Parts: sequence; structure tokens; C-alpha cells
Amino acid sequence: MAQASTTLGRERRYGKTQRVDRWWLEPLLVAFGLVSFIVYSTVSALMGAGDPPIWAYEAGPYLSPFFEPIIKPAWLPSWVSPALLILGGPLSFRMTCYYYRRAYYRSFFMSPPACAVVEPAKSYSGETRFPLFLQKLHRYALYIALAFNMLLWYGAIKSFYWEGEIGIGVGSVIMTANAFLLMMYSLSCHSLRHLVGGGLDCFSCSNFTNTRYSVWARISQWNEHHRFWAWASLISVGVTDLYIRLVANGVVTDLHTFTAPFVH
Amino acid sequence: MPTAHLKLWRGDDTGAYQEYDVEYAEGMVILDVVHLLQATQVGDLAVRWNCKAGKCGSCSAEINGKPRLMCMTRMNTFVPGETISIAPMKTFPLIRDLVTDVKHNYGVARKMLEFAPGAPAADGDYRMQQIDIDRLQEFHKCIECFLCQDVCHVIREHPDNLNNFIGPRFILQLAQVAMHPLDTNEKSASTADHWGVDYCNITKCCTDVCPEGIHITDNAIIPMKERIVDESFDPIRAIGRKLFGKK
Amino acid sequence: MVDYETHEYDVIVIGAGGAGLRAAVESSATGAKTALICKSLLGKAHTVMAEGGIAAALGNVYEQDNWQVHFRDTMRGGKMLNNWRMAQIHAQEAPDRVRELEAWGALFDRTADGRILQRDFGGHRYARLAHVGDRTGLEMIRTLQQHAVHRGIDVYQECTITRLLKDGDAIAGAFGYWRETGRFVVYRAKAVILATGGLCKLFAINSNSWEGTGDGHALAAWAGADMIDMEFVQFHPTGMVWPLSVRGILVTEGVRGDGGTLRNRDQEQFMFNYIPPMFAAETADTIEEADRWYTDKVNARRTPNLLPRDEVARAINSEVKAGRGSPHGGVFLDIASRRDADYIQRRLPSMYHQFKQLADVDITKDAMEVGPTAHYAMGGVRVDAETTATTVPGLFAAGEVAGGMHGSNRLGGNSLSDLLVFGRRAGLYAAEYANAMPNLPGLNGTDVDTAAEEATAPFDNTGRENPYSIHHDMQDSMQELVGIIRKEDELGEARERLQSFRERSRHLRVDGNRQFNPGWHLSLDLRTMLTVADLITQGATLRKESRGGHTRDDYPGPDTHFGTVNIVQRWTPDGAVAREEPLPQMPHELAALFEGDSHADSAS
Repeated sequence: MAQASTTLGRERRYGKTQRVDRWWLEPLLVAFGLVSFIVYSTVSALMGAGDPPIWAYEAGPYLSPFFEPIIKPAWLPSWVSPALLILGGPLSFRMTCYYYRRAYYRSFFMSPPACAVVEPAKSYSGETRFPLFLQKLHRYALYIALAFNMLLWYGAIKSFYWEGEIGIGVGSVIMTANAFLLMMYSLSCHSLRHLVGGGLDCFSCSNFTNTRYSVWARISQWNEHHRFWAWASLISVGVTDLYIRLVANGVVTDLHTFTAPFVH
Repeated sequence: MPTAHLKLWRGDDTGAYQEYDVEYAEGMVILDVVHLLQATQVGDLAVRWNCKAGKCGSCSAEINGKPRLMCMTRMNTFVPGETISIAPMKTFPLIRDLVTDVKHNYGVARKMLEFAPGAPAADGDYRMQQIDIDRLQEFHKCIECFLCQDVCHVIREHPDNLNNFIGPRFILQLAQVAMHPLDTNEKSASTADHWGVDYCNITKCCTDVCPEGIHITDNAIIPMKERIVDESFDPIRAIGRKLFGKK
Repeated sequence: MVDYETHEYDVIVIGAGGAGLRAAVESSATGAKTALICKSLLGKAHTVMAEGGIAAALGNVYEQDNWQVHFRDTMRGGKMLNNWRMAQIHAQEAPDRVRELEAWGALFDRTADGRILQRDFGGHRYARLAHVGDRTGLEMIRTLQQHAVHRGIDVYQECTITRLLKDGDAIAGAFGYWRETGRFVVYRAKAVILATGGLCKLFAINSNSWEGTGDGHALAAWAGADMIDMEFVQFHPTGMVWPLSVRGILVTEGVRGDGGTLRNRDQEQFMFNYIPPMFAAETADTIEEADRWYTDKVNARRTPNLLPRDEVARAINSEVKAGRGSPHGGVFLDIASRRDADYIQRRLPSMYHQFKQLADVDITKDAMEVGPTAHYAMGGVRVDAETTATTVPGLFAAGEVAGGMHGSNRLGGNSLSDLLVFGRRAGLYAAEYANAMPNLPGLNGTDVDTAAEEATAPFDNTGRENPYSIHHDMQDSMQELVGIIRKEDELGEARERLQSFRERSRHLRVDGNRQFNPGWHLSLDLRTMLTVADLITQGATLRKESRGGHTRDDYPGPDTHFGTVNIVQRWTPDGAVAREEPLPQMPHELAALFEGDSHADSAS
């Protein structure tokens, strides 16, 4: 029996824990992933400014998802990227998303950095006060996100038509996959799950509630993988943008069946 | 027989970690090793336990810093020769060794919303469909080990919140009343501010440590947060209520 | 003078499992000032370990079911040694007690029309057990706990009672200590309800938590109460056998109720070779018929896998002794080859979890290894069937600590219903007794001093005996000599060994101080366990026959004489004194339910 001199570990020193596993790895990877996306998307979106754009975002029937729907009112100065006008929609959805909240509270706010690891903050009020109080607006962001989902599907379908011709290209496949992943991200949303049926106390009470139960049960299955859909759709939206930008700027050549050339 | 190298908290707040070597048999769990230690070396080692089968939730502790049940932590999950640290739960006041004072939780239990059923059917039986109670049965799996309360940073890191926030275990209990198909409590009773549901920032540590695998965050806390939004923060519903009377 | 705190109540309930909680709720509802005292934290009692369900003839699944059928099953399961009136009250009141739980928030699994679903269990004619997957006990205790807490009942947690206090012949309260601080506490009360549960920690292989040390049995015996049927200990046929660390942990009978079958090393479904004459008429004798029974209860007879527990435990024991057991000394329980994985996970989630986590066995793919484990004491404090009053005025008992209800063998599912039915009655009648009493009984200071001395004695001893070793040795002796199969000479040896353990326990060495000291706690529990072991061993010696939970190698069959008597014991300063008492006689209309039975005594 040997005596060790460590104390119980109740003292509140940031980062203090008795965990011996690599608890810092997950928050670090998450932070890396989020920062990478934020940097890329910001740069990419800003480079949509100018007429013609500094970095083109349309190639044939393909339109980058950062610019869908494309809104260019006359008053918009040419140095402002049209992406900025619509960015708020998807951004508000991801910012208030229950998964991303977990992710950034852990990785950026260190609240807590990981389970049973001491956090830096001296006081804590959770989501009870402004501004975090506004997380309650998630369901409105959801409505916006669902509208964007429809637009992206519209864009994806449109990508199979070019100059009166029906065809298919790598870009249209990518856009379709992207629309699908973004849709799944919305359809696995906690707020949607609540709205379709989770808010009911009795599922069996009528035919209508029974139907809502079936939808709720399906969404609940998707919801278990909300984190997966969140990341998959985040990556896909970035990849889709990157691909279309590369095609639009002549860096890569899109493989497709269209006979008309991709010029605007 | 393999030997476990334990680093175990002894004494009250002024105590210290002591290291012990304990020979154990194949197939054992941490709690067995602690019992061997108790029977052969440290007769007065304080530890709570009851069923030793993961059903009563008594032997909660922090093993290598992770909140776990000692009876459900098998020795073969450790690297042979590894020093295993066993500490009492840190959110609750320490009594001695591995035993903490969890009275706070029983105090919260007294204040919880009580289920209030309506009248049964004419034959005296209540009618409920399985689909209505599936999600509630998940909440009822709770064994009150209080590991979720222990790991929750809202109260672990900020004890001043103990008065404002009932904690994951009790949000589960709140949800089980709120979502009960026969309950007649006003909705506002389960969504009231004083339960403190919005203190939770859904970082999911409670779900991570739950030995029963209850999806505390996804199935209880987030739905309760959504119900709070329904009650007070949904302008569409508020207008609807104004126009058509209370739904 | 001893330093202690005092609390005054009309009724105190010792033990906060199902029976204790139900008793406290009822007592408090009458307006009696009630306290609930428990050794562990609230809600951790052994009731949480109950898996299968609550037996109650609700008739939701088979409308042919009614209290008479339930009564008949219970009596036959107990080999007719039950107190018939208790069995009758139990069968009649169980359905209401279950419905009441539902109104308090319990969520039983449902039938298609939204009523409480019932499952098959050993010895029950119809699917009768209201259940919640395989964690019914947890549901019951949590429901009662939340209900009791909301009634504002005072709860004293982690407080162990070591002595009952009396004023003359009548009960006056209880003496105990706080586990946390070791400080003494005296409860003055008009009535005391014992709801302390079981005693199977006496045996090496058991399914009980540490609390099952027979406290209530010993407290009542020391207070001079009659004990009854103490020789009957139920060995549940299916406990885990591997790994050693989980040996004894229960595997619910629900596995067999939901389609599981027992097999020996040769994959033979051996239960078909062990159908006793008493149950031959209603038990399938071919595998085909037995399998058909799960879906067709009307035309097929029930599977022998669901014979009463004593029969199945003995059969497993015989197979293992004959060398046909599994690698770790049990037999195989196979549901994997008979039901699909989804069904198993839905019906038996805790079992799936338990085997996966503790034994690394996936029960949807592989067979479980199981063997008998000491599970339940049929015997206990003798009580009045209507009121649960013991022979000591003011002392009541309900649940496992009370004897008589289950006769020589308890049917699965009848325990949880027993807790509710007699827990409620104990609360009701104890409160009635207390409410009729104008003043608190007197407190005898000398008794308190004696109790305190007794409790601190282990610290004053100068010996070197380790309480854990004594407990361990006692468990081995009881398992080996007073276990599932008993013999005259072995019982004699058991008595001698118990004497030596008693001697050793006078020379204990306890480390540390009185603050949360498990070594000290165990040394006090040793006293109760040794007393209870004496009672069991004496009863087992006197009952020279085999019946239910008592099997004598030297008297392999049932005996006509012993089929008509209970063994009643009373504790004296010189040890237990036993006598035989004739069974209470059943009225004709109930006796008529058993006409056509091969005489009960022909059961083996």
C-alpha cells in the first residue's frame, strides 16, 4: 500500500480531469472540421463578388449551392457577393441546430471541453439568457432550411437539363447527392421531429395522430443519426461548391453527356 | 491470478489516494476487486452497492475519471498492469472513501411534478396503447445511479445552479409525466422555468454515461425544450391561441 | 448513558422495498404519522431485481382466468402447505393492486386493445403476469417510491435497525444506527411493520443483494414472534453460472415464458424426463405439443420448462450430477435458436444487456449457461392472514419476511403481488392498531443501553477474526449442507459449524471507526444471519420429507403427516424451539377446487 499525494480532483482548474483517454481528440477534430468549413465557405462566398465574379460559380446547368437561389438585385454593389444575401438562412439553421450546439459548446466554448473535464467558465447560465436564449428560434430556421432544401432540389433537377437537352454529368450527380444529404439533415432535425409528432401526448387517439406517429417514428430513426447527416451535408455542400467552382473556372473538365458547351 | 493495481480515494475531503495491489480472477468487474480489497486488506473501505447486476444503480463512481457503475466495468477492459483510479462521484459532497452524499437528488424528487391521471374507462381499466408508452418506458428504465447528475457540468462545475436546475435524471422524470397519455396536468406545469431545463446546453454527457443507454438528451431534454418553445416562444402558436382560443 | 436521537411515530415501516413502500403509503393515507426506514438508499431495495412480472388474475389475455384459478395454482405450487386464507386474499386482491399501480404511473406492457398485457410463467395456468419487459420490479419500486415521496412520508435512508424495542409484551419501537455516521437512533412507535425482505445472503450462490441478510426474520425472532416454514428456501432454477463473479445473478423465468428451453450437454430438452405425477395431466409430454402451447393454450398442454421452480431446480441439479451439465457446471438455456433476435431484444432487454455486459454472451446467438441460485425464503414471521399481525402485539410483517403465503414453494410472479397485497394490509391494520392507541408505549432505557452495547461490541473485541471470512465460510457451509439437497448427518454438521461461527464471531476484529464502515456493518449482520441460519437448519432437520423448496436426500418423497403440519419456531435465549402445528383447514368451497387432483402428497 503506497500513499499517493494527489488530491481528489474537485478543484476547479481548467482542463483538470482524471480521464486517461484522449478526451481532447474529439473536440479538437470537431473544431478543425468546423473552422476549415467556415474559412473555406467564407472565402468561397466572398469570391462570388464582382461582375463577372472573381471566382465563377455557375457552369452550364450547375449552380454552386452557396448561391442557390441566385438573387442579384440592382441595388447590390458589385463588390458584394450574392451569396451573402442568402447565407443567413442555412447558417441560422446550423447555428441553432441541436447537434452543432453540442459541437461548438464543447469545441469552442469549452462548456465543457469533454465530459468530466473542468471547464474554464466561472459562471454559467446555459441557454436561459440572451443571446443563447435565441436558440429557441431553431424551428423558424428549420422552416427556412426546408425552403432551401426545395430550391436545392430544384437546382439539382435543373442540372439534368442543358440547352434543351436532357443529360447527366458528374456535377449533376454531385448536386443531387448534395440535395439529398441536405434534405436528410433537415428531415432528421430535432425540431421537425417534435413538430410532426413529438409534441403529442397521445399518438393513438385519432387517425390523424396515428399518421403523425408513423412520421415521427421514421424521423426518430433518422434523428438518431443527426450528427452523421450534419457532417455529411456540411462536407457535401463544400465539395459541391468546390467542384462547380473548379468546373466553372476551367480547372477541371466535367464529364457529362451534354453536347452544348458550358458557357454563360 | 492477475493483479489489479488500484489507486483509490480513501477518507473524506482531506483524504488521499492510496494505491493497492489486488489479485483477482478472470471475468471479474471492478466492484469484485473492490470487494476483494475490502475483505482482505481494508475492512472499513466504504462503498455502496446492492445488486451487482447493473439494476439498482448504487455503485456509481469515477473510474479513470469516467463516471461509471463499478459492477458493470469489467476488468478485461483495462490494459493489464494499468493503474486504475477509482474516485467517488465529484458533484456530491463526500462522506467517506467512495461514498457520497446524494441527498440533494432525493430533495429534488420531492418537488417533482406528480402524475395525475384522469378517470379510467367504465370497466375500471385504463386504456393505453403500446405506441403511446414506448418512449415513456425508455425513461422508466432509469435506475437512479445519478451518474448523469454527476457528469452534468451545469451542476458539477457550477454548484450554484443546484437550486435552478433539476438535472438530467429529473428532466427524464418531468418528461415521463409531460408525455404520459393519461396525464391531466396543465402543459405549463411541465414547461415552467423553475425546472431549469434551459440551463442544459445539450452537450450530452448525461447520455454518454447512462448505464441504461437512455437517450436522455435526444428523447427527454430536447423534446422538453421544444415543448417550452411551444408554450412560450412560438409566435404562430401564440397568434393561433389568440384567434381560436386555447388549443 | 448512550447518546442517541429519538423520533416518534404512530407507525414505522422497516424496509423500503415493494412491501414497505406499499405499507407506508397505506398507513400514511389513514392519517397515521408514518416513517419509512431503509438500510440502503431509497429505491435500491432488492425488489428492483424482480424481472418477470406481477401475478394477478386480471383476465386481460385469457378471460377464463379468475382468482379461483390463481388461488389453485398458488396452493398447488406451494404443495398445499400454504396458509389458504393468505393465498385466497392474495389471489382476490392482486388485480386491484396492479390497477392501482397503473393509476400511480406504472407503465405495463399493453395488449392490442390497450389493457395490461400478461405473460406466461411457471406454475400459472394462464398468462397472468403483468410486466414491463423484464424489469417489472424496477417499475414497481419506482412507482411506489414516487408515490410515497409525493405523499410526504418521512424516509430515513441508510439506517439499519438492530433491535426491536418492547414495552412489556407489546412493541414500542426500534433501535438502530445511521450507516453514514454510526450514530444511534431510537424510533418510538405504536406499531412496527417489518418489510425487510429475504435472507439468501446466507448461501454462497444467491441472487440477492447484500441486504438479504434476514434482518427482519431475526428481529422478529428475537422479539419473541413465531416463525413459520423456515426450512423452505427457494432455489431459483436459472441463475448465471459463469463468469464466477456473476454466479447466482438471476435469469428471469420470462426467458422460458417467452419460448426458451433448457438443454443438457447433449442438447436434449431434459425437462420432459422430469414431469412429476402431480402435474402430468396438464404438462406436455412431447416437444411438439410443448412448442405448440406457446400459441395455443386451449388445445396444447404447457411446456415442462415452466413447471414450478422447485421441480425445475431439482431437475437441473440431477442433470449436472449425472454429468450432463454445461462446461461451467450448469445447463444450457436456449432461446437463440427458438426466437428471432428482435423478439428477444424486445421482450428480454435486461437479460440481453446483462449477458452481453457481464458474460460477453449474445443471447440472441448463443445459449445461456444457468444453474440453481438461492432466491427466496418462503418461510418467515408467522402472520395473521387478514391483518398481517405477528404474534407480538403491535408488530406486523409483510412481503418476503412474512411466512405462510407461499407454502413450501413460491410461484414466480406471486412475490410482487404478495408485496402489494399484504404490504397494503400491513399498512392498513398497523395504522388501525396505532390509531386506536392513545399514547406512545414506554421506552425502556435498559433495553436501549443493551442494544447500543451489542452494536458497538465488535469494536471492543480483542480478537483477530475477519467478519468477511466468517461470512464467506458460513455461506459455503449453508450452500453445501443446507442447500438445495439436504441430509440428516449434513444438517447435524451444519449445526456444529454454525456454533463454531458464532464462537468465531465473538472474536471479531473491526478496523476503523463507526463512520460508514462496511466491516462493522457486516459484523452486525452476522448476528442476524447466524440466527436465521439456525432457524432454517432446525426446520430442515425436523421436516423429514421432501416437499417444495425442501429436499431431503434421506427422505426423497413427500410424507402424509408432514403434509398436514407447519413447523413453527420461537426464539429463546437458548436458541430456537420448534413445534408442529396442523395446517388451518380450508372451507369446503375452496377445497372443492382441488377435487380430482391426485392427492397433493403424491407430489414429489
